[in-house]
Formats: sequence, structure tokens, C-alpha cells
Amino acid sequence: MQIRNRAFLLLGLFGVVTAGLTGCKKGGDAAADADTIVIGEVAALTGGTATFGQSSHAGTQMAIDEVNAAGGVLGKKIKLVTEDDQSKQGEAGIVAKKLVSREKVVALLGEVASGRSLEMAPIAQKAGIPMISPASTNPKVTETGDFIFRVCFIDPFQGTVMAKFALARGWKKVAVMTDVTQDYSVGLSQYFKEYFTKNGGTIVGEQSYASGDKDFKAQLTSVKEGAPDAILASGYYNEVGLMSTQAKELGIQAPLLGGDGWDSPSLVQVAGKSIEGSFFSNHFSNEDTAPRIQEFVTKYKAKHGTIPDAMAALGYDSAMILVDAIKRAGTTEGKALRDAIAATKDFEGITGKISLDAKRDANKPAVVLTIKDGKFVYVETVAP
Amino acid sequence: MDQFVQQLLNGLFLGAIYALIALGYTMVYGVLRFINFAHGDVFMLGAFGGLYVHKALAPLLNALPWPLALAVVMLASMAICAALGIAIEYFAYRPLRTRPRLNVLITAIGVSLFIEYTGQLVFGATQQPFPALIPRQNISGLGGLTVTMTQVIVVVVTTALLIGLRYIVMRTRLGLAMRALSLNPTAAALMGVNTSVVISFTFGLGSALAAAGGILYASLYPSVDPFMGIQPGIKAFVAAVLGGIGNIPGAALGGMIIGVVETLVTGYSQKLGIPSGYKEGVAFIILILILLFKPSGLLGKVEREKV
Amino acid sequence: MQLLLKYRTQAFLLLALLVSFVVSQASDNIDGYVLQIMLVAGINIILAVSLNLVNGHTGQFSLGHAGFMGVGAYMSAAVSVEMGPSILGLLGGPSTLSHGVTFVIALLVGGLCAAVCGWMVGVPSLRLRGDYLAIVTLGFNEIIRVVFQNTSSSGPFGGALGMRGIPDYSTFFWVFGIAAICIYVVASMVNSTYGRGFLAVRDDEVASESMGVNTVRYKVVAFVLGAFFAGLAGGLYAHLFGAIDPKGFGFLKSVDIIIMVILGGMGSTLGVVVAAIGLTALNEQLRDAEKFRMIVFSILLIVMMIVRPQGLLPVTFEKKRRKSA
Repeated sequence: MQIRNRAFLLLGLFGVVTAGLTGCKKGGDAAADADTIVIGEVAALTGGTATFGQSSHAGTQMAIDEVNAAGGVLGKKIKLVTEDDQSKQGEAGIVAKKLVSREKVVALLGEVASGRSLEMAPIAQKAGIPMISPASTNPKVTETGDFIFRVCFIDPFQGTVMAKFALARGWKKVAVMTDVTQDYSVGLSQYFKEYFTKNGGTIVGEQSYASGDKDFKAQLTSVKEGAPDAILASGYYNEVGLMSTQAKELGIQAPLLGGDGWDSPSLVQVAGKSIEGSFFSNHFSNEDTAPRIQEFVTKYKAKHGTIPDAMAALGYDSAMILVDAIKRAGTTEGKALRDAIAATKDFEGITGKISLDAKRDANKPAVVLTIKDGKFVYVETVAP
Repeated sequence: MDQFVQQLLNGLFLGAIYALIALGYTMVYGVLRFINFAHGDVFMLGAFGGLYVHKALAPLLNALPWPLALAVVMLASMAICAALGIAIEYFAYRPLRTRPRLNVLITAIGVSLFIEYTGQLVFGATQQPFPALIPRQNISGLGGLTVTMTQVIVVVVTTALLIGLRYIVMRTRLGLAMRALSLNPTAAALMGVNTSVVISFTFGLGSALAAAGGILYASLYPSVDPFMGIQPGIKAFVAAVLGGIGNIPGAALGGMIIGVVETLVTGYSQKLGIPSGYKEGVAFIILILILLFKPSGLLGKVEREKV
Repeated sequence: MQLLLKYRTQAFLLLALLVSFVVSQASDNIDGYVLQIMLVAGINIILAVSLNLVNGHTGQFSLGHAGFMGVGAYMSAAVSVEMGPSILGLLGGPSTLSHGVTFVIALLVGGLCAAVCGWMVGVPSLRLRGDYLAIVTLGFNEIIRVVFQNTSSSGPFGGALGMRGIPDYSTFFWVFGIAAICIYVVASMVNSTYGRGFLAVRDDEVASESMGVNTVRYKVVAFVLGAFFAGLAGGLYAHLFGAIDPKGFGFLKSVDIIIMVILGGMGSTLGVVVAAIGLTALNEQLRDAEKFRMIVFSILLIVMMIVRPQGLLPVTFEKKRRKSA
């Protein structure tokens, strides 16, 4: 037989076999344990953004463990099934489908990155189960449908916070450095510019770079010419650390401004003294003296040996809000659960008092932190 | 004007580091006629080698004056990487010596991926800060221009290695054997050149150069991660092709040109009205143009494909 | 019966199309996750078989297949997102037929744009051989990624965020129907008298040129056709996941496809199909061991090149041909 025919045969065989196999599978898996509630989580545990994914997963897991230790919810224990999407395009969609069709999860938690949350969202929406993203700040995420929620603020708000902050300090001239390979950075820069220029500020230089770049001297030399009062570095900490060192080398004294993508101890390790006196907005400050926050920080530290970052806090909050909604709904049925989550009001989370608005976005304040003596120090809280 | 001169300086210093990495590419290609895709990854191992050597010997090194400490770390890491390079050649490339070049290229891609992902497993995926082996200070007395001590060291080391390499290739018996091998391996073997030894030596030398580059690069940009070798590796490769692959001064020239062009495009893109994000593509556009219009490179010899 | 034997390849193609149509109708009964994996496997088959035309049969070495896939994905998604509604309106509102027509138009636009890019890479690259060609295609792949990355975030291509909300048109029928057509076209081209030229170019370029084989044309045809099918695969991918971004079409995606071709055996369509299915399944199995996945594959690449450069499968097209000759 000719080779192509065999290839076709194989193709057909493959189709029939898998179709057959899966037909049988369907009946077997459906029997969900009556004593447990299964919640699915999609997180980037490996790959490029693994640091964020691992943090948010640690927070989520901690919340679920606490709930189970306290006797569970609706008289049942919660089982958290976590799937790794390897920080890769396409994978978040596949594992979300896997969680929905195989594990029969009642709700989905995740992702941190907006791009991957946008892959999961249509799947959750179509299946009619609620999804809560801990930290996807792009506005488009919750626009997907009425089953999609988030517990963090959105980029327009974060951009506005930093613009307000700069204006309040009397900084009228700001230069912008954008990581064009990260939608997060592009969005943050855009919303910053909109608010800033509308309210009397001027953008004196706009430069871009790509994730993984190490040399920013060319951009910074150009930026320097505009003599900015501050520089918005809207990307992630990996690049901001090096940028900060090089800015100081070139004699730029203006502080850097940034968003929650700065939140990593690695920032200070790389940037050293050069980053002192710069500012960024974040979801919470682990310095906050409120008892429930200090309790969270202590417990987290006891378990993981590190101080929790914002991703851990948001992961914790996303799970707690879901559990709270299950309690109020009295059921895990999709629509009822959706309505219960939507009704979340003044929930006392680690990252502030959370209310979900009509667009299913969290309405809550942001904090501005500065770097002092190598530590993130609380400066002020900016209300929406 | 000041800004332009500063940009030019930025570009030249960036180019110096590309040139340093390009030397290794060009030498391996010159002798063996194949692109060692994994060169950028050995470069990464060199940086990590420096990091770990520094960690292990920290008390001793802190007692030494910094140029000596730098030399110790650099030589140690170069030795480690030379050994690794020889091992890579022995296990992965040597069995393929008589096979088509394409098979060797695929193997090289395999080696490259292997080093990156094993590195991720061993060193972790997140970036780590690199110690300040060279004092982080600016050279004073240049008016409005900024040059750091590290940049000066990079140029000094690159020049020294360039001259040293040129000496080895042109003036020593081993260099003579390398050149003979590059012209005709069979004839060289018949004339009594021990090809295996020469090839191992070439790989060892190339990997040591990569390690030196890795440490200097990590001193300039003090954060290291397992994938840090990819970008400079590709840029250096382009530099080597631009200068005429196989040609040592060509690699240096190519590196400088790539550094300057990239910096100027980035620095002036806003004024030129193109998104500066396109600078990622600059090196590739140069590569494609040079391969299409002058495949032998700026200083390379024209070669005819033999039947 | 004679007739059937004479056109058995065509008959097989029809059968494959029919089977994929039938399975497609019943796909609601298939577990969503398994269906997804099957569709991914189908797309991988198209990618691997089309790359095999360039890398395996014609002996060129392209490291930029994901770039063509990206062009196809973006262009077809742009058609169905931007122009889809008006096409649907023209055909009297949403229906199975009008969705199908929109999808065919979108896929063809994506495939043709990718083919044009294939031509753009293929023609100038003809002066290059072996590793230089590989590097140029790699560069081209990166340039495509950079271009999409730098599009406006409010424009149709969405810049770094990429495109979202692409309709989910990719069903079992479309994916496996196109996979069958791809296999048919590539296999029958290579097996035809005309197609021997591809193998001649691979085996000895200089000799075949002196025998009057138009090597230039064969190489361009291989590149254009390979890119066209990669573009179709991209279109299917975009309409399967509903979301694409530039990072997904980088060098690493190209490497994934290359691994399939190499493990399957360069120049063996059957082997490559098996490898595409096998590796897709293996990827799912290795999900929990993600850290080791690329290490395993890279070692496999190195060992394969040393021990079995002809691919894992025992029978290759090559050997069979020699035996019968």
C-alpha cells in the first residue's frame, strides 16, 4: 500500500479510537464525590511568569486549606485542582477545558496574566461556571461575559493612580518607558498618559523596549534630553531593575514610577541603591498594621518562609470570595453562584475592602509604595 | 550634539560585547564550517560559572584587589566552560563529523535547548543578581558624557582577547593546524595534523571566550538567568556574519556596527517616527540584507561551493 | 473495482473527509478536553506535514514555520472578526452555511497571506544553503513576531495583547478535513513525476541542476505550499482557541514543529503524522513533568541525529523506493 494511504488510514483510525475511548470516559468521570466541592485553578507554575503564578497559587491553596481546617463549606470539604499552563499561549485554554470537562469543577480561579485569563474566560462563560481572576488587570477580561469576575483593580485605575500621584507631587513632565511585548505595560502606559495629559501634565519622551532586553542606555539617553521630573517604567521588575541602574549611571536623578509588576524582591537585588526613592502602585502592603493582614503575613511566612507579595494576597482573596459566595448561595449551581459572587459587597479581604461593581470588577483602593533601605515602604492609599 | 556622541558611545560599548561573543562564533565556524548554535548558551554558563565561583570563594576574593578578583573569577569560569565545550563537542558533534551539515545544525539546536532547560532546572527560572566584580562607578572628566568603569574594562578585555586570538591563529603551530583544517580537513590530516585534538582545542578556546563574554556581560547588566544567552547569541552571530564569518577582525567590526546601528535606531526612533519596538528586528534585517547582497560579509573571502 | 484501485488515493481522501464529517457531527458526545487535544493534534499534523515538504522532502531547512502559522492565524482571525459580521449579513444571518462560508474565506485569506510570505522568504533565500537558510528563516520568524507585537493595541491586531474573541469555528470536520487534504496534496505531489524533483533537489542540488531540474522553482514551490498549509493551520488554531498573541508564534513554536518532523523522520509523511499525534499526546502526559519536557526532547534530538537521523519509524519512503527500483 502506498504511504499516503497508510497515513490516511492512520488518521481515520486515530479519529475512531479516540472517539470511542472518550465516549466511554464520559460516563465514568461524572460521578463527582458527594462530600467534596471541586474548584479548579489555572496558574503559571513554570515558564516565564512562574514567580507570579507560584505566589498566587500559594495564596489560593492557603485559603482553601484554612476553609477546610475550619470544617469546609456547606458541610463539604473543598478540593482544589490546580493545572499549570506553563506561561504559554494556548495552554491556559486547554487546561481550563480539562478542568471543566474532566474534573467537573464548580468554579475556576486564575489566571494572573490577562492574556491567559482571556483564553479561559470564554470557556467558563460557555460552560456556565463562574471564574474569578486574582490579578488580571486588563479591562477586557471581565467584558467576556457575566460569569467572569476579578478581585483586583484594573489598568485604567492603576494608571490613573500613578498619574494622580505624580501630579500631586508637582511632577509635570514625565517620560514613559513601555515594554511593548507585555500588554500589561502597554495598557498601563496608555491609561497613565491619558489621565496625566488631561490634567495638565506633559509627556516629554516615549520609549519602548522588549522583555528580556538588558541595555536601556539608548532609550534613557533620549529620555534624559527631555529633563523629566519622573519616568514611568510600566513593565515588570526584571527589566526595571536594570533600567534603574543604567538611569543613575547616565546621571538621571528623576525617580521611576511603576505598577504592581514591580512587586518582587528581585527588583531591589538587581537595582540596589539606584531604585531608592522610586514609587509603584500595588494591591496591598505587607506593612499594613490591620490585624487580619498581619495574621495573613505571619501565617504565610510560617508556611512558605517568605513574606507574601501582592499575588499571594490576591490569590487568597479570590479563593475566599468564592467560598463566601458559595456560603451565601447555599449551592454550587452555576447561575446561583454567579449571582452570589456578583453581590459581593464590602468583603474584608487582605487587599482591601472589596466590592464587585456592575462590570464585575473589584472596586477597591490601591496603595503606593516606595523603596527605602531596600524595602518596600507604604506611602499612601489612593481610593478609586 | 552631546546626545549624539553619548548615543554613539553607548553603541560602541554595546558593540564591544557583541564583538567579544562573535569571536567565538567566528572561530568555530572558521575551523569547522558549522554554526555552533549553543555558543550563546555556553556564554550563559560562563556568567553562572562566574556567579558560583564568586559565591564559593567570596571571603578570599573580598580580600583581593578587584582586578585580581575579577581575573580569578574569569579564569576559573573560562576553564570550566572550556572543559564543557570540549565535552559538548566530544559527545554531540564528534559522532556527526562525516554527516551532512544540516544534521549537525539540528544537533546544535538540541544542545542549545538542552543547556537552557537544564539550566532552568539547576539555576531556577528567575533572574539572579550578579555581584559587582568591577566597581560600579563612572569615569570622571568627560564633560557631559557617561562612561562606566565596566564599559572600559569590556573594551580592554575584548581588545586583549582579539589580539591574543589573532596571535594564536596566525603565529602558533596550533593556529597553523587550525588554518590548515579550515582549508581542507582531509589534506590537513594527511599532512600529520591531529584533527581531533585541533577541533577539541578550537571548541575549548571558543567556549572560554564565551565564558569571558558572559562574565563581562553580567557585570554590565547585573542580572543573570538561564535564557540570557539567546539574544546576545543571535546578535553576535549576526555580527560574525556581517564581518565575514571565519574572519576574526571582521567579527569585531561586525559587533561594533550592530551595536551602533541598534543603539541609534532605538535612540532616534521616536524622532524618525517608527515604533522603537522594531529595534528587536534590526539585527535580523541587517542579517537578511547582508546574506542576500554580500554573503561573504564585509571582510570575508568569497568562496565558491565546490561540487 | 479497477476504477477504485486506480483512484484509491482519492478514495482514501474522500473517506477521510467523510469520517471527519461524521465524527464532527457526533463531537458533542466527546469529552471537551479530549476533543480539544484531538483538534490540537490535527493542527499539529498539518504543521508537521507541511514543514516536512520543505525540510524533509526538499532538503531545505526552515526554522521559521511558526511565523507562517502566525501570519495565517492573524489574517484569518482579522477576516472573521472584522469582516465576519458583514459576510454573515450578506448571507442572511448566522447559520451553519454562512458560518462555514465565512470560515472558508477567512482560512483562505490566512493561507494565501502566509503563502505570499513564504514566497517572499523563499525567493531571496534561494541563494543560501543549509545553515544560512536556517538562520534567515529564523530571522524572518522573529521579524513577523516583532511586526505583530508593534501593532497598535487598539487596532485590529491588538499589539502585545493579541486578538481576542475570535469565533470558535474550528470543528473536527475542518481540522481533520484540512489535515487530510494537506496529506493528500503533499504526498501525491512528492510521489508524482513532477514531485521527484523535490527529492532530487534534496539528494544532490548540483547534480539535479545539471540534469535539467529547475531547482529554483522546486524550492519556491515547496516554500509557498508549506507556508500556505502552515497558514491554514494558523487559521484553525486561532478559531480553536479564540485568542492569539504574537509570543505564541516565536522560535520555540517552530522548534516544536521541527521536533515532530525530525522524530517522525524527515521525508516520511507517515512518520511525521505519527510523530505529530504521538507528541501531542505525550505533551499532555508530561504536563506534570513540564520542567523535564524540553530536556527530554533536546536529548532526543541529539541522540536521534547520532543514532537514527532518518526518524523513529522503521519504514521510510526512501527505503521502499530503493527496493522497488
